[in-house]
Amino acid sequence: MTEAVAARVLVIEDEVAIRRFLRIALPSGGFAVAEADRGRTGIELAATTAPDLVLLDLGLPDMDGKAVVAAIREWSQVPILVLSVRDAEAEKIAALDAGADDYVTKPFATGELMARLRALLRSRRAGAGDSPVLQAGRLRIDLARRVVTVAGAEVKLTRKEFDVLALLARHAGRLVTHKQLLTAVWGPAHVQDTHYLRIAIGHIRDKLGDDAGAPEFVVTEPGVGYRLAP
Amino acid sequence: MSPEPDRPDPDALLAEARKAGRGRLKVFLGAAPGVGKTYAMLEEARARRTAGVEVVVALVETHGRPETAALLEGLEQLPRRELPYKGRLIAELDLDALLARRPQLALIDEFAHTNVPGSRHAKRWQDIMEVLDAGIDVVTTVNIQHVESLNDVVASITGVRVQETVPDDVLARADDIELIDLTPEALAERLKEGKVYVPDQAGLALDNFFSKGNLTALRELALRTAASRVDADVLAWMRSHGVRGPWPTQDRLLVCLSDAPTAKTLVRAARRMADRARIPWIAVTVLTPRHESLGGEARENLRAALRLAETLGGEAVQLHAESDVAAELLAYARKRNVTRLVIGRPRTAGWGVVARWFREPVFRRLIDGAGDFEVTVVTPKSEARRRKPAVAAVLARRWRAWGQAAFETAAVITIATAVAWPLWRLVPLGSLAVVYLFGVLLIGMRHGLAGALIGAVAGFLAYNFFFTRPYFTFAVEQEEAIAALLVFLVSAVFTGTLASRLKMQVESMRASQRRTETLYDFARKIASATKADDVLWAAAAHIATTLNCRSLILMPDPDGRLEQVQGHPSIEESLDPRDEMAAQWAFTRNEPAGAGTDTLPTAPWLFVPLATAKNVIGVVGVWFRDRSQTLDPETRRLLTAVEDQVAVAVERLKLTADLEASRLEAESEKLRAALLNSVSHDLRTPLVSVIGALTGLADDDGSLDPEDRRELLATALDEARRLDRFVQNLLDMTRLGYGALTLRRAPVALREIVGRARADLARPLAGHPVEVDVPRDIHVDVDPVLIGQAVINVLENAAKYAPPGTPVRIAATTNGAIVTLTIADRGPGIPPEDSERVFDLFYRVRQGDGQPAGTGLGLAIVRGLVEAHGGEVKARPGEDGRGTAIELILPAALPETDTGDFP
Repeated sequence: MTEAVAARVLVIEDEVAIRRFLRIALPSGGFAVAEADRGRTGIELAATTAPDLVLLDLGLPDMDGKAVVAAIREWSQVPILVLSVRDAEAEKIAALDAGADDYVTKPFATGELMARLRALLRSRRAGAGDSPVLQAGRLRIDLARRVVTVAGAEVKLTRKEFDVLALLARHAGRLVTHKQLLTAVWGPAHVQDTHYLRIAIGHIRDKLGDDAGAPEFVVTEPGVGYRLAP
Repeated sequence: MSPEPDRPDPDALLAEARKAGRGRLKVFLGAAPGVGKTYAMLEEARARRTAGVEVVVALVETHGRPETAALLEGLEQLPRRELPYKGRLIAELDLDALLARRPQLALIDEFAHTNVPGSRHAKRWQDIMEVLDAGIDVVTTVNIQHVESLNDVVASITGVRVQETVPDDVLARADDIELIDLTPEALAERLKEGKVYVPDQAGLALDNFFSKGNLTALRELALRTAASRVDADVLAWMRSHGVRGPWPTQDRLLVCLSDAPTAKTLVRAARRMADRARIPWIAVTVLTPRHESLGGEARENLRAALRLAETLGGEAVQLHAESDVAAELLAYARKRNVTRLVIGRPRTAGWGVVARWFREPVFRRLIDGAGDFEVTVVTPKSEARRRKPAVAAVLARRWRAWGQAAFETAAVITIATAVAWPLWRLVPLGSLAVVYLFGVLLIGMRHGLAGALIGAVAGFLAYNFFFTRPYFTFAVEQEEAIAALLVFLVSAVFTGTLASRLKMQVESMRASQRRTETLYDFARKIASATKADDVLWAAAAHIATTLNCRSLILMPDPDGRLEQVQGHPSIEESLDPRDEMAAQWAFTRNEPAGAGTDTLPTAPWLFVPLATAKNVIGVVGVWFRDRSQTLDPETRRLLTAVEDQVAVAVERLKLTADLEASRLEAESEKLRAALLNSVSHDLRTPLVSVIGALTGLADDDGSLDPEDRRELLATALDEARRLDRFVQNLLDMTRLGYGALTLRRAPVALREIVGRARADLARPLAGHPVEVDVPRDIHVDVDPVLIGQAVINVLENAAKYAPPGTPVRIAATTNGAIVTLTIADRGPGIPPEDSERVFDLFYRVRQGDGQPAGTGLGLAIVRGLVEAHGGEVKARPGEDGRGTAIELILPAALPETDTGDFP
């Protein structure tokens, strides 16, 4: 950890027990915690304290989770990590569409949560000074020269495949939704053509020597999107 | 042994109890008009009102007598209901207003009054019965000549037959009968003073009516009736209080009705005899093939006589006999424990005389066969008044029949002559007669006895004319020819009679066979019906076809309103309000109503309750094209048969439904218990580990080494994850159960699904080497999350049941359309008999103690999820017969090639 100042995380969560364990777990990972137990107070705190990250539970008693996301997005680009349960796929996707950046399924491991939070922070900071070369484990992507290597060996990708991998790499460790990928690579007219994406990902995996059954680089988030392992 | 104590008679107690909820009926009985019944009734009303009883005058005729009118003053009077009839308004009792007013006591004059057509009931006594049923006391008046069973007697005394009568059993239901007695002299005096109301239309007949002799006789009748009534009261009291007495035995009287015009008189006579003997009585007609040949009027007379018997408190029965009426009657009489037979002496007039030459009268054979019965032979006078239009119609019909018979006879005899002509020189004279006899036989078969007789005479004449010397005259010169002719005539009559009888028997057999067949057909139809609707439809169709009518079945809707449920040929678009009232009446009272009955007879339809043993479930409506067809015993027999069948079928369907419901209930009860057990067990077991491990850590005072701490934490974590999976399964099961599972299908690499499942189960699978043989290019068209859950469940089972260290193999093959994913372990395996049941909810293979805890949910959910995708799941032994292999068969995804990429 190189951050000199602890990143401030605003936890919007109504369950006391979850807040309590986050209050203990997050500082140990180098985060400072502010808490809100309702959506409305959460939005207020987000406005007044300008946190570095927002951790938002979708099942709040006073308002709909995605309404909270939309409210915050009206004036802030602060990364928002959504907590949801497995069966609420539609709700999760709605929240992502409303502007949330990633999600964690409850129940979650603390380590996983930390990794997501860090990935969000990182991509936000990386966005400031765009490095031309991205490195994720054995994978190295030179954005300027459009060259991909795995453990030093060059991999030939088509243009679209490269664009997809580059986008995932720019947000390494973070979820990139189908919609984001399709809009960025194929254009807004193709947001429904998820099969383009599936085939491209399949080719990328084949070329990188990645196994869908135990992925090293590209991880599928079923029904939602993909992420590049950090 | 002590003698049995005198117990009250249950029937008598029942009769008393039945009276309990009803209003009390008091009848003022008089010998003749003018004795002061209405006056007495009003005096009684005033007395009761003074005693605090709420009295309403529902209908009282003062006939303009001031003393009577004066008594009316101060009493609450109900307005009458005016009904139009033949251009005039007739004021009648307003029954509904009275029922709505609900006084304690209602005064209703003229018990025997006949209501205007269009009223709810044909007779006022029926109105009064309904008022009593509503719990209102009634006081009414009646004259002795209006008592049904005395109708004949009065007619024979006075020469005046009244049309308005009250059935005896209705009068018998009166709680009190008070005789208003006046000596004939006093009555004559009142008559002279103009104090007696005499209807205008009665005229001269009534002058005779009020003769002193008549009045004396009527008075005696009235006194006797009142006295016998006292007798009956005493008897009823004795019986209901268990007082020992000379009880009448269970004898029965049976009256045989065969001769239509005298049937009613016979019924009344029987009723009086039965009444005197205080025994139950039965009126019987026997339907024979001959019965069919009777005219419509005669049949109607017999039917009316049976109806009369019913209103007089007797039982009406119709028997069927093919030939021997007497035998049938006697057999029935013995069966019913009848001791007394009443039969009418046949009148010897018209054809009866001729018929008796050939057939021994039924009544003689009855007397011969009725050795052990007490037989009373009554010689009644005919009372049937012939109505002119009916006679004309009957005659017209008869003439047509006769014309037809005459024409056919002429034709047949001509042909017979033509056939005999070339033969007459070749064969002896007598043999030619056979040709004619054959012709007579034919006519007899077609037209019955009368036709046979005509044929015989015609044949005789033709034979005489053409073949006996002198030829071509009707004269006969040889003695032997005369003898031959006579023999011919006798043979022809005999042959014709036989033929006509044969015809009748054949027809009757056909009719009976038709009945049996249709009934059998109906029974077969409804026996196979699985829905009440089918049963009712079959019933409607059967009634319609058998009775040659339109039929309807009405049943109450949830609000209790009757609505048409079936009809043949179809449901009626709209029913007349009178029909609706009649149907409702039949339903609530469990009595027939509508056309041809006493209740709402102007309704076009006839409604009969459809009752099972327990209750009335609906009504059957019938509409006859021929308005004269009514609810005769034949129709009633058919309806009863249908009712029985329908009741049995409905009961059967209900039973089946009940069984099914209780089976479902037992099933869901079992499931509920299993769920409860599973939830409590499977939620607790992981929690025990979690709480145990965590408390161990919480209470640690530093004595645990780091390895133990890690171990405890790992245990807590593993069990918490297991709990999470279990909760997930419960949720999936619930959504599967509610059909609330939405599939988000997409083509997905099977390897990816398997990979995620392995990752999720990394710790439980740690003890097993996992071999994966899933080719990269196998894609399935499924919801990856849900099928992922299915794979997790199968894998978790493998990890749980297979001994540690044994391998788990995951393999997939495809044929292009489907993908088979096999997950095989080296565990104890599933017994073949359980290979299907392991997928049932909460089913667990029983293998004794010590086996790892199972939820009984996992595989059931696997099946649910896989089947939701149109797939299939099977359990079989592993490859070499060891362990378990679970196969998931899933739809393959079509290969995708369009990349949208332009390299």
